[in-house]
Amino acid sequence: MRISRSNWIMILYILFLMLPIYWLVNMSLKSNQEILDGFSLWPQAITFDNYMTIFTDSSWYMGYVNSIIYVVINTIISLTVALPAAYAFSRYRFMGDKHLFFWLLSNRMAPPAVFALPFFQLYSSVGLFDTHIAVALAHTLFNVPLAVWILEGFMRGVPKEIDETAYIDGYGFFRFFGKIFVPLIASGIGVTAFFCFMFSWVELLLSRTLTAVDAKSIAATMTRTVSASGVDWGVLAAAGVLTIIPGALVIYFVRNHIAKGFALGRV
Amino acid sequence: MAKITLSNLAHSYTTNPVSDQDFALKTLNHEWDDGAAYALLGPSGCGKSTLLNIISGLLTPSQGRILFDDQDVTNYDTATRNIAQVFQFPVVYDTMTVAENLSFPLKNRKLPADYVNQRVRDIAEMIGIESLLNHRARGLTADTQQKISLGRGMVREDVNAILFDEPLTVIDPQMKWQLRSQLKALHSQLGHTMIYVTHDQTEALTFADKVVVMSDGEVVQIGTPQELFEKPAHTFVGYFIGSPGMNILPADIVGNTAMICGQKVPLDASYRALNGELALGIRPEFITLTNNPDDLPVTVLSIEDIGRHKIIRTDFFGNELNIVSAQDHDIQEDMKFVTFDRRRINIYENDWLVTP
Amino acid sequence: MKKTVNQKAWFMVLPVLLLVAFSAVIPLMTVVNYSVQDTFGNNEFFWVGLEWFEEIIQSERMHDALIRQILFSSIILIIEIPLGIFIALHMPKKNSLWTSLCLVLIALPLLIPWNVVGTIWQIFSRIDIGLLGYSLDAIGVDYNYTQNAVDAWITIIIMDVWHWTSLVVLLCYAGLQSIPDAYYQAAKIDQASRWNTFRYIELPKMKGVLLIAILLRFMDSFMIYTEPFVVTGGGPGNATTFLSIDLVKMAIGQFDLGPAAAFSLIYFLVILLISWVFYTAMIHTDEENQS
Repeated sequence: MRISRSNWIMILYILFLMLPIYWLVNMSLKSNQEILDGFSLWPQAITFDNYMTIFTDSSWYMGYVNSIIYVVINTIISLTVALPAAYAFSRYRFMGDKHLFFWLLSNRMAPPAVFALPFFQLYSSVGLFDTHIAVALAHTLFNVPLAVWILEGFMRGVPKEIDETAYIDGYGFFRFFGKIFVPLIASGIGVTAFFCFMFSWVELLLSRTLTAVDAKSIAATMTRTVSASGVDWGVLAAAGVLTIIPGALVIYFVRNHIAKGFALGRV
Repeated sequence: MAKITLSNLAHSYTTNPVSDQDFALKTLNHEWDDGAAYALLGPSGCGKSTLLNIISGLLTPSQGRILFDDQDVTNYDTATRNIAQVFQFPVVYDTMTVAENLSFPLKNRKLPADYVNQRVRDIAEMIGIESLLNHRARGLTADTQQKISLGRGMVREDVNAILFDEPLTVIDPQMKWQLRSQLKALHSQLGHTMIYVTHDQTEALTFADKVVVMSDGEVVQIGTPQELFEKPAHTFVGYFIGSPGMNILPADIVGNTAMICGQKVPLDASYRALNGELALGIRPEFITLTNNPDDLPVTVLSIEDIGRHKIIRTDFFGNELNIVSAQDHDIQEDMKFVTFDRRRINIYENDWLVTP
Repeated sequence: MKKTVNQKAWFMVLPVLLLVAFSAVIPLMTVVNYSVQDTFGNNEFFWVGLEWFEEIIQSERMHDALIRQILFSSIILIIEIPLGIFIALHMPKKNSLWTSLCLVLIALPLLIPWNVVGTIWQIFSRIDIGLLGYSLDAIGVDYNYTQNAVDAWITIIIMDVWHWTSLVVLLCYAGLQSIPDAYYQAAKIDQASRWNTFRYIELPKMKGVLLIAILLRFMDSFMIYTEPFVVTGGGPGNATTFLSIDLVKMAIGQFDLGPAAAFSLIYFLVILLISWVFYTAMIHTDEENQS
């Protein structure tokens, strides 16, 4: 098969994207001995010891558990509050709607670094420091505006006549919303959940600032290990590989909607 | 301008077509005269867009050749074929002005600036958008944008053909008339070969010198609007053209007599022995409702008065039979019989017209 | 769509409002509070007015970080936006397995936790164990991102290009997907050159998504913290200390609450101002497209 110029460009670009990831995988399958002893393009003696370390040491694997817990809580909170708000923005005009919308969006633009210290103090003062809910709430800072924005885009695509017909047919608001409207924008909700998941999953600064032991995220675990006695490259690489897997799975499931989600330009 | 010859042309979207059903366009031989206006008419999915795309070069046919004059262009791309095309919805370059839109095809061909300016002004005048020349194309109404697309199609003098792909779909009904007559006028002014794809028979019949009727991937008839009306070559043409379409009644033919549902209908001429599925076709316009008991008995179901004429819907031994009668034709209770204008009867064998 | 006026819609927005008020307004008020006060410890604060703001605005440290930040954001925009458009133009157009594969692989860097992105590039660039660093070293390039400021910058820029160009690609790809085939056919018939097709068809149709791409890339690069923090820790020296890194150092490292708070507010205001400009431009484009 002849490969067109376009495909060559794609192949090169994907190669550029995959090479560093390959290197991480390569490292994760080597023993520290092998990593430090010499340079090789692939592991000479494949070992899963690094992965075993992570799966057997609770300070490692609890990092994943903690991360997943606060990401899921955050996604649920974000979607729950964003759904009615997005509906209001997509259907109604009300006092201050435009300003409110911009103000919400401005929070998506807020540098987490600005909020790190005040969050720390706020959550410490209400006794939520080092809990999953604290990180989940902190991440709503950027995920709620995002969710409202994406959902509003999807909802605008649903003709208003559908609402009106449902009301004429005697549906109350809540029954209409749950039974008719939500199924209609199911793919939109999926895309929104994907982005909430993504931005909460990749964030480090806030999750590290707000946790210490009990709710310590995997990202924090990884950065703290670096500063400890020497760097265990193999385990660090294995931990990195394991953080890529949930993301890869999620992308695979939403791959057909992802372009549409981006098309709405609401990221 | 050029004569277009389609030689043994066929197209299939599957890679290895086996049966007839795999072909979106069945084998076709035809010549399109230089400078004539053609309409490609047929219901959606009949293959007319496939044929148009083959002529424009967006699609390479799976078999056969296309010749412009005597040059084989089958493997030429759209630009080399030197044709123009107007699409279903307005395709304009939003960021350009109207004048820039019109001059774009000329400038790309590096024609001298003076000529380009003159030509743009002429075309703008012809389609009546000269006042908008310096206006941005974005934000104009759909019909103005479609006029720009038309203008861009006609701005080149040397095109081999101009193709129209249902160009009036997005235009308001009252504007449709205006644009259609404008197109017709432009055709006589410019003399380009024009091919107009539509599923609307009125559009096809008013625009074209010759109408190509397609059904199920096959060209069933090519003819003037009058020929299509009087002598449909295929029962499909009969009922697709006309409103309501031709009445098709299963029949047996013996010499110069047709037997339909046990009734004898005398014919104008004598036919050879026919076999296969036979039918008699007669347009509603050529049937008269009478009170003469010697004629053929029908049951009148309804009478629709649509202004210029009346449509009488009847039942003839279980077959639907429509009649169009003049507005002033006084219809009485006892009119339960019909008579056919025997000169206007067409006989079909396996759906194709047979001549006596 | 025509919207109806309904003041009760406020009730639907209320949960969002309360939540964002809790997670944005209260912390922000703390910041404002700190920015005008000083402390000698023991939770005793006294009013200092705009002193911190003056100090920060005049401080060389902030200036340097700001200049580095602007330089960094400009460089990555100059690389990522054209590169993203270029890649998007070469994405496979038809829906096939290859398209899905491209989409999944391209999106992958976006879903890697930012610190892991840092780790990946830290490992990848090291001259002892990294493919990039080792190869460069092997062919005789004097490269060491932990000691040489230029090398550190190059590493961080390539890392950002690696990490975020995909976002631009996906946005542009989505914009390109919405262009009907007829436009390309018309361009062919008009004998438009490849460049003209891009200039008059693809670029105008991508304008909206492109604006968003620029906005997002600008904002996110302006707030970048994790990746350079992991790779270089802001060094060598202060060479890669961008605004967020500097701010965190000041606030959490040195616990200089007053200056850090003033810093935060100025930082946030700058970002807000720029987002507002973009937002207005976006709304404007939206309206233009609808008319």
